[in-house]
Amino acid sequence: MIRAHVLVCGGTGCTSSHSKDVQDAFAESIKEFGLENEVKLVQTGCFGLCALGPVVIIYPDGTFYSRVEAKDVREIVEEHLLKGRVVERLVYADTGEEADAIREKVNVSLSDTAFYKSQKRIVLRNCGVIDPDNIDEYIAMDGYAALGKVLTEMTPEDVIKTISDSGLRGRGGGGFPTGRKWALTAPNKADQKYVVCNADEGDPGAFMDRSILEGDPHSVIEAMTICGYAIGATKGYVYVRAEYPIAVNRLQRAIDQAYEYGLLGKNIFNSGFDFDLGIRLGAGAFVCGEETALMTSIEGNRGEPRPRPPYPAVKGLFNRPTVENNVETFANIPQIILNGVDWFRSMGTEKSKGTKVFALGGKIEHTGLVEIPMGTTLREIIYDIGGGIPNGKKFKAAQTGGPSGGCIPASLIDTEVDYDNLVSIGCMMGSGGLIVMDEDTCMVDMAKFFLEFTVDESCGKCTPCRVGTRRLLEILEKITDGKGTLEDIDRLEELCNYIKQNSLCGLGQTAPNPVLATLKFFRDEYIAHVVDKRCPAGVCKSMLTFTIDQDKCIGCGKCAKNCPNDAIVKTDYIAPGHKLPSYYIKPDACIKCGACMAGCKFNAISKK
Amino acid sequence: MKSLAELQAIKERMKNKVILREGSGEVRVVVGMATCGIAAGARPVLNAFVEAVNNSDLAGKVTVSQTGCIGICQFEPVVEIYEAGKEKTTYVKMTAEKAQEIVEKHLKGGKPVSEYTIGSNS
Repeated sequence: MIRAHVLVCGGTGCTSSHSKDVQDAFAESIKEFGLENEVKLVQTGCFGLCALGPVVIIYPDGTFYSRVEAKDVREIVEEHLLKGRVVERLVYADTGEEADAIREKVNVSLSDTAFYKSQKRIVLRNCGVIDPDNIDEYIAMDGYAALGKVLTEMTPEDVIKTISDSGLRGRGGGGFPTGRKWALTAPNKADQKYVVCNADEGDPGAFMDRSILEGDPHSVIEAMTICGYAIGATKGYVYVRAEYPIAVNRLQRAIDQAYEYGLLGKNIFNSGFDFDLGIRLGAGAFVCGEETALMTSIEGNRGEPRPRPPYPAVKGLFNRPTVENNVETFANIPQIILNGVDWFRSMGTEKSKGTKVFALGGKIEHTGLVEIPMGTTLREIIYDIGGGIPNGKKFKAAQTGGPSGGCIPASLIDTEVDYDNLVSIGCMMGSGGLIVMDEDTCMVDMAKFFLEFTVDESCGKCTPCRVGTRRLLEILEKITDGKGTLEDIDRLEELCNYIKQNSLCGLGQTAPNPVLATLKFFRDEYIAHVVDKRCPAGVCKSMLTFTIDQDKCIGCGKCAKNCPNDAIVKTDYIAPGHKLPSYYIKPDACIKCGACMAGCKFNAISKK
Repeated sequence: MKSLAELQAIKERMKNKVILREGSGEVRVVVGMATCGIAAGARPVLNAFVEAVNNSDLAGKVTVSQTGCIGICQFEPVVEIYEAGKEKTTYVKMTAEKAQEIVEKHLKGGKPVSEYTIGSNS
């Protein structure tokens, strides 16, 4: 009889920190102590605390171990599973309260930690709880019950009405009402209609869709089948990038299991409804996340967008009516069907219902995946859930929406995060990447980074995007090289607006956003770059000068040794109280690498 | 899958297998499993509790887990039962048979088996 479950995270984050070794070590130790019949080992999807991986949870007590290595496993098995003593040194606890609780030997379970307490897990509810490779575990968690309900009790119109009434909006970024999308597609007559799942998650730093596919693939399969029934489509495709091998494998296994159980295929639940689902792999082009480019790619052509209208609801995949939704959007559907419209509407703000998953990254303590109700303030996300900024640095801004998004400055940290609030401050929700930046980040440099990305990823079909983004990047490079003028800032703004208005697809239309947002909130930084030739955050190298404070320098010579370009020389000045002559940096020879500063123990070197 | 009943059957069959992970039992049965506890036979006691709970409708309401040394080695195996809003009950010198009796009388019937508690044995 099984009395304990050991859950080992098998998400991409933990896999790359060797969770497979940890899992194997558990299998071995459990056998060694003869606990095979009492303890069950399960590989699950992402728990969310990726920075602390590999992550292991032991139930029934819910003890949460972080940064577990294979060499720790025997101790966990012997102490915790055999003798019931929690291995305290490995228990996740980073805030005072939790650390105290451990000292007092109170059981610290996952749901008590600050990271999880403020979260509301609907989309991620099964991630880190079930074994994604086992359809039975999904069914045990009410899986496929929504599909059963839809096919036996509801008409397609009922389904669409439920989704419309729930207020669910597309989680891929734009926030288009999902129910309306379905309602626009349903009445269109055609010999074949399609359901497409957009799992081409391309924003740098976003990984929520990957985590859902890895941790709870059946929720997406179930939702797509429901959508098929609602709009009258009998075929579906999941377009996922080949760069997500774990997600692809688990999804394929899940699809196979669903076919085996007759939850895909012919005559599902004896309702007469047929639905077939397949995976199409993308090669990782960012533009293929744009809905029309994605469909072109599925059709076997080069992934380029096409003009809308006609919209996919009329002429989508293979010129047939198509609904395309994002992974996270689909993952909400079964829950809405099961728990009802009122339940879903009870979460969130007036125009943005439900929750949103964010991938927290950048200068933040808890890098990972969090799901919060819409309307949670940025302050709560960063400080309560994310654990704040490391090393006592000051929060400067948060970047949302990746290369298509903008940024929220520190002054707006109490903004309630939902679709409309973000748009009203010139930002966008995006797919949910949230990159936190501290005082050491240069906003011009940040804008330049995203422009480099869009220049690379522009498909080249339309001129405003292909040429315009390149020119934008050149102006930004000129500014960060210290050669910019005030006219350049005006030109930058003008060009941004031109690209926004004239590009063919979402990629070009949103590409200038990082520049526009930083210009709006951090114009003074741009001006410092062009007028004072100074980078306030000390990032843009060409504008930095490294100097040695000759009175602080004790003359140890470490900086001169570290310097790769022999730019540091001895002077003949000995500071009062010191025995050796101090050093000096030759400005012409300095390549501004910072090696001298990093090595100086006396804080004698500064950059400006 | 041709009917909802089939789906329901799989769910019922699996529910007990994943319910452990909900970890929200209102009642907690904690078995002392330090070296002394194990030496005195805590393992069969633990297994008896797990089995008796899982084979009844208590699964989901009662969490069976283990703990380290409770500190009263002469009374091992020791089992403590925590119920929301009530004093905890400490059972001593446990056996698998006593465990089954406690599941019947205490966990299902709501009446602690006073003859096995620490009060009647010290």
